[in-house]
Amino acid sequence: MRYICFYFQVHQPMRLRTYRFFDIGLNHHYYDDYQNQYILRRVADKCYLPMNQLLYELIQTFGQRFRVAFSISGVALEQFEKYAPEVIESFKLLANTGAVEFLAETYSHSLASVISKDEFYSQINLQQEKLQSLLGVKHSTAFRNTELIYSDQIGEYVADLGYKVMLAEGAKHILGWKSPHFLYYNVRKPELKLLLKDYQLSDDIAFRFSNRDWNQWPLTADKYVDWLNNIDKNHEVINLFMDYETFGEHQWKETGIFDFMRALPSRVFSHSDYEFANPTELTEILQPVAPLHVPYPTSWADEERDLTAWLGNDLQEDAFNTLYSLRDKVLQTNNPDIFKDWLYLQTSDHFYYMCTKWFSDGDVHKYFNPYGSPYDAYINYMNILSDFITRIDNILSQQADAEQNVNKKQKDVNINKTKTKNLKTTNAKETVKKNNKKDDIKLTKKQLEIIIKKFTLKELALLSKQLPENIFNKIKEQLDDKQKDRLEKEKEKIIRPRKDSIEKVMAKFKEIVK
Amino acid sequence: MFGWEFPPHISGGLGTACYGLTKALLRQGIEVIFVVPKAFGDEDNEIRIVNASDFEINLEDQSTLELWKRLKYIQVASKIIPYISPEYYTKEYEKLINEEITKNEFFKQKYQFSGKYGPNLMYEVSRYALIASALAATNDFDVIHAHDWLTYPAGIAAKNTSGKPLVVHVHATEFDRSGENINQDVYNIEREGMMQADKVITVSNYTRNIVINRYGINPDKVFTIYNGADAFKFNTRPKVQKPYKEKVVTYIGRITFQKGPEYFVETARKLLQYDDNVRFVMAGSGDMFPRIVRLAARYRIGHKIHFTGFLKGPEVEEVLSYSDVYVMPSVSEPFGISPLEALMSNIPIVISKQSGVAEVLKHAIKVDFWDIDAMANAIYGILHYPGINKMFQKYSKDEVDQLKWDNSAYEVKQLYETLLQEYLILK
Repeated sequence: MRYICFYFQVHQPMRLRTYRFFDIGLNHHYYDDYQNQYILRRVADKCYLPMNQLLYELIQTFGQRFRVAFSISGVALEQFEKYAPEVIESFKLLANTGAVEFLAETYSHSLASVISKDEFYSQINLQQEKLQSLLGVKHSTAFRNTELIYSDQIGEYVADLGYKVMLAEGAKHILGWKSPHFLYYNVRKPELKLLLKDYQLSDDIAFRFSNRDWNQWPLTADKYVDWLNNIDKNHEVINLFMDYETFGEHQWKETGIFDFMRALPSRVFSHSDYEFANPTELTEILQPVAPLHVPYPTSWADEERDLTAWLGNDLQEDAFNTLYSLRDKVLQTNNPDIFKDWLYLQTSDHFYYMCTKWFSDGDVHKYFNPYGSPYDAYINYMNILSDFITRIDNILSQQADAEQNVNKKQKDVNINKTKTKNLKTTNAKETVKKNNKKDDIKLTKKQLEIIIKKFTLKELALLSKQLPENIFNKIKEQLDDKQKDRLEKEKEKIIRPRKDSIEKVMAKFKEIVK
Repeated sequence: MFGWEFPPHISGGLGTACYGLTKALLRQGIEVIFVVPKAFGDEDNEIRIVNASDFEINLEDQSTLELWKRLKYIQVASKIIPYISPEYYTKEYEKLINEEITKNEFFKQKYQFSGKYGPNLMYEVSRYALIASALAATNDFDVIHAHDWLTYPAGIAAKNTSGKPLVVHVHATEFDRSGENINQDVYNIEREGMMQADKVITVSNYTRNIVINRYGINPDKVFTIYNGADAFKFNTRPKVQKPYKEKVVTYIGRITFQKGPEYFVETARKLLQYDDNVRFVMAGSGDMFPRIVRLAARYRIGHKIHFTGFLKGPEVEEVLSYSDVYVMPSVSEPFGISPLEALMSNIPIVISKQSGVAEVLKHAIKVDFWDIDAMANAIYGILHYPGINKMFQKYSKDEVDQLKWDNSAYEVKQLYETLLQEYLILK
């Protein structure tokens, strides 16, 4: 027995409005509500509603034998609630059939997995809660990351949350000689199984279906099942992963895409030995064949199958790093409006719009991009981020003021109690505190020498990002010009420092300074 | 090839473009005879320059006289002087009244062209055409190539004499220079040139559209061939000490209607309302200069906008070396070569969408010239968000490098070849 695994991605970003620099500090609404509503309604009418109906009918016809899986981002779910509640109802109907699995993903379809484990976890939880509250489905045991982004490290994170299976890209230059038609497992956490996309057969439907220049056009269910039958009998699973918007939106209804899907299951059942199965079931049915080594993050995007569509140039890196440097502050605000914007601003699409790769290729990029150029996208995003930062800072300083007021009142009470005698001592204490602070900053010559000896340039570069400028400059003065140059180069290399290496360096530093 | 100016004696981008193209055509193995109204003798000696001022006209020849009569249409008594400020014009006009060229002057065998855009321009244009006709009768060549309207009559005359195909090269149109208040005589000459031409080359699709829509030229014979930019050397000058602590936003260009200087001032006003840490530099002179200064004064931002007047090469480089943003708000710019200079200094550029250069540059922020908000927003973004500067450090050199005169010359050569084939078939 062989299996076909269908998984459809459902996602719509909260698109940003044109936000000028003179809006900063004055206008805190960032979204193009009209566009978002317009696009969501259009896609709902052209794709989500008719395709859900079609799948529902197929499940009615074939019972549990026909099965599909979905992954729906939290941001998309929210927009359904707002603009097209009937889409939620139709997904509910599908959920109730028991033949449809809903996968876990990040709430805002974000890139959190490559920069912050904590944020990644918190977004998965949010998405699962949202899914449960809207569709009434149980917590999933299958996970798929934004744009199928996967690496050994990310797999490990996912395994630690208790997920049994994760979806990933199966392009040739990732797999080498391996076939995507088997079950694999994470090299660090064997309990996490991996399903890999068959990009050829998936893209035949998602990208090439309506292409009249394609020598296989027109694609029929008969032909497609012939191809499936031609695959070596030993192969166990064909993973067909694609955007749900393929049906009716990317491939219009007039191309016959709905007819193709309507005809496919019956043709599979009548002319092949394939059955349909969902990710979680496959981990129970199939035996994993080998571990998969993926040291660097891969994705399903473009020829390169890497992250360069989102994090490939300075515009993207700057926006991304600025955004994620805010996380601690965002959490401190404890403000629901800030939390909401924090999620919306993380959506990967915003970074995709800043991609400069489409200068050379990629009509796909242009199709999805509302901006005239990556520079426009960047400036618009950074304006919004500037406003977001000022809001956070305002809230935090208000909190600090409030705390100070409380402290002051307490102090006043104390002062009243102890009267003037003690007042002098508190003043003295305060000056001592101040002096202590200054001592913290001062480094002796010896200490400086030890630092230069014991730290590599790489570590110094990391350190430079953690210490106040005036302190680090003193360390830098100890270096000769050549070393300074190399230090600058090291600094440029550091784009997303890992938390543990920062902690290591800081511990080392603190030890010397003691 | 007919061109009104040639380096080093140039007043703008036209001469530079002619030079770049001619040199590259030579490399393509095409022989070029370049006819200028006045040669100074210090031109690049690799190029065969023909000086129209040296040329004698045969007064006995009946056909010369007839051609002269036909060329009368150019000599409508309008005393136009393009590219010149009104103040200068009034001054020159008085001279003109006194020095009106008498009919007799024509009958001099030799005429010293000024080669400038002076008061006798129209006379010079027709005289130049006359010489072109004579040259065409005596020289051996395959194609006639005329640059901008001043040489179109020469091109037409040469075509009529020799029966060889004519290419006219549109570097600018009257609509670019004057907006809607066009000089009808110039327009007529331009249109006549384009109509008579077998092929029309435009320096951008932007200009191609103007040629098709405003001059009614058949789109099938209008081809866009972009200018090159080899002439620019990467600016390696050490950064000059910035005279101000604020960020500097720079405008370099003539202060004329075409360049949109008032949009620059409006943008400055908008930005200054929100960001005090910025200054503006306007380098250039032109007929709108007094108006622009008054506008800045009225907005009370005179202390933040600095007018330098016309700057020469090294001075331009100096200003660029401490600029943080370069802005070209042109209302209508057939190509626009000066943003490339800014790019060579790694300076982020904001250019108007109504320019030809916007069609070929990827790493540039493009806005509509009238969209003050978008322009101010782009400048603000460059000044405040570090990502853009990093991008320009990396990519601006590549951007200019891809604009090679060799590529342009190759396309011109292809055009010549198809043209000659078409001619062969006709015969």
